[in-house]
Amino acid sequence: MGVITKTVRAGLLATVCGVSLLAVSAPGAYATGMPQLDFANPLVTGQVMWGAIIFFVFYLVLSKAMLPGVARVLHDRSQRITGDLEVARSAKQDADKAVAELQQARKDAMAEAQAHLQKVLDEEHRTADQQMQEINARLASEIADAEKNVAAEKARALSALKEIAADTTQALVQRLTGVVPDAQLVARNVESASAHRSII
Amino acid sequence: MAGGSSINVLEQFELHPVLGGLGEALRFSQSPLYMIAAVCLVLAFLYFGMRPAAVVPGRLQAAAEVCYEFIHNMAVDTIGPEGTAFFPFVFTLFFFILAGNYIGLLPFSFTFTSHIAVTFAMAFMVFLLTVVVSLKVQGLRFFAHFMPDGASPFLAPLLIPIEILSFLSRPVSLSIRLFANMVAGHVMFDIFASFVVMLASFGVVGDVFAIGPIAINVALMALELLVGVLQAYVFAILTCIYLREAVAH
Repeated sequence: MGVITKTVRAGLLATVCGVSLLAVSAPGAYATGMPQLDFANPLVTGQVMWGAIIFFVFYLVLSKAMLPGVARVLHDRSQRITGDLEVARSAKQDADKAVAELQQARKDAMAEAQAHLQKVLDEEHRTADQQMQEINARLASEIADAEKNVAAEKARALSALKEIAADTTQALVQRLTGVVPDAQLVARNVESASAHRSII
Repeated sequence: MAGGSSINVLEQFELHPVLGGLGEALRFSQSPLYMIAAVCLVLAFLYFGMRPAAVVPGRLQAAAEVCYEFIHNMAVDTIGPEGTAFFPFVFTLFFFILAGNYIGLLPFSFTFTSHIAVTFAMAFMVFLLTVVVSLKVQGLRFFAHFMPDGASPFLAPLLIPIEILSFLSRPVSLSIRLFANMVAGHVMFDIFASFVVMLASFGVVGDVFAIGPIAINVALMALELLVGVLQAYVFAILTCIYLREAVAH
């Protein structure tokens, strides 16, 4: 491309010089009605020389300064648009990824919560069972204790009953006969009588 | 426009030295002056248009960018990938002619594209450029183009002179097309304007009928605005086509 540009510039310069020489040295043979064809007029050929200079300057200013400036602006714009699109695309990808991560996290959390809940429930069940067993055991021991107490009370009451019976018998016999019976005999008779019948 | 009692429609194309003796010595007429004006106009348009260099362009910048992209697409689409190297040249050519055509439409101004010397110089410049580029790119194979592919060798004595003639006539047709268009348009302006002056000498009736040529001149102005851009486009696109042939391998 550089070679072509150089060729264009060199060719242009050569052309401008060539045309200028050609035009300036052109024979002004016929002066017709049209002022444009009056080549004897130095002003007619002069505008070719001036035109060549002006055109060449115009070309240089455009190709060196103006057009690269426009190209730069257009290039910057297209690059910026491409860059912005790239940024937007990557942002969208990030957002999609974040959404996917969020959903995954939610799913994980739900599964974890479910597992946790199950564990807590199991624990509670186990604890409740254990407590129930403990309570049952305690109750059973208390019942046993109470039964033991009842039995002891009963035995005590029964032993007191013999004394009361002996005392009563002694008092009855004394009232009826007026004789104080032998305590040993009364106790032996109450014992034998109570052995014949079961009170409880 | 009116020279004395008679109206000379060609008088508008006459050249006058600018700055008296200095212009005479330097062969500097109003024609180069208008060339400078046209060039300055285009450069100012591009300079002030592109000065903001904004990512979101304003009106003037958008217009400047449209001009750039229009010529750039034309050059690259027509010439091919090598078109980017010729783009500044085509851009210069197009806007030099366009600004010349349009500046010439202003009243009391001068149209430098109505001079065959100017248009032929430009056409000859394009012609020489295509020849130089052709020889550079294609070497001696360039001369093979004067014998069309597949043609019978017996026709060569006939075909080769025709091809050479058509090749050599390119700068002539290119220059005369622009020159004739501009001259014709401006002569028409002058003729219809002179009708108005002539009718004005017939009193009130003439004044009324003078509306006709004035209306025609308004319509002609619209036509000339079209012709001005069209001729610049034709010149530029033909240059591109010639350059495509030159860079083709």
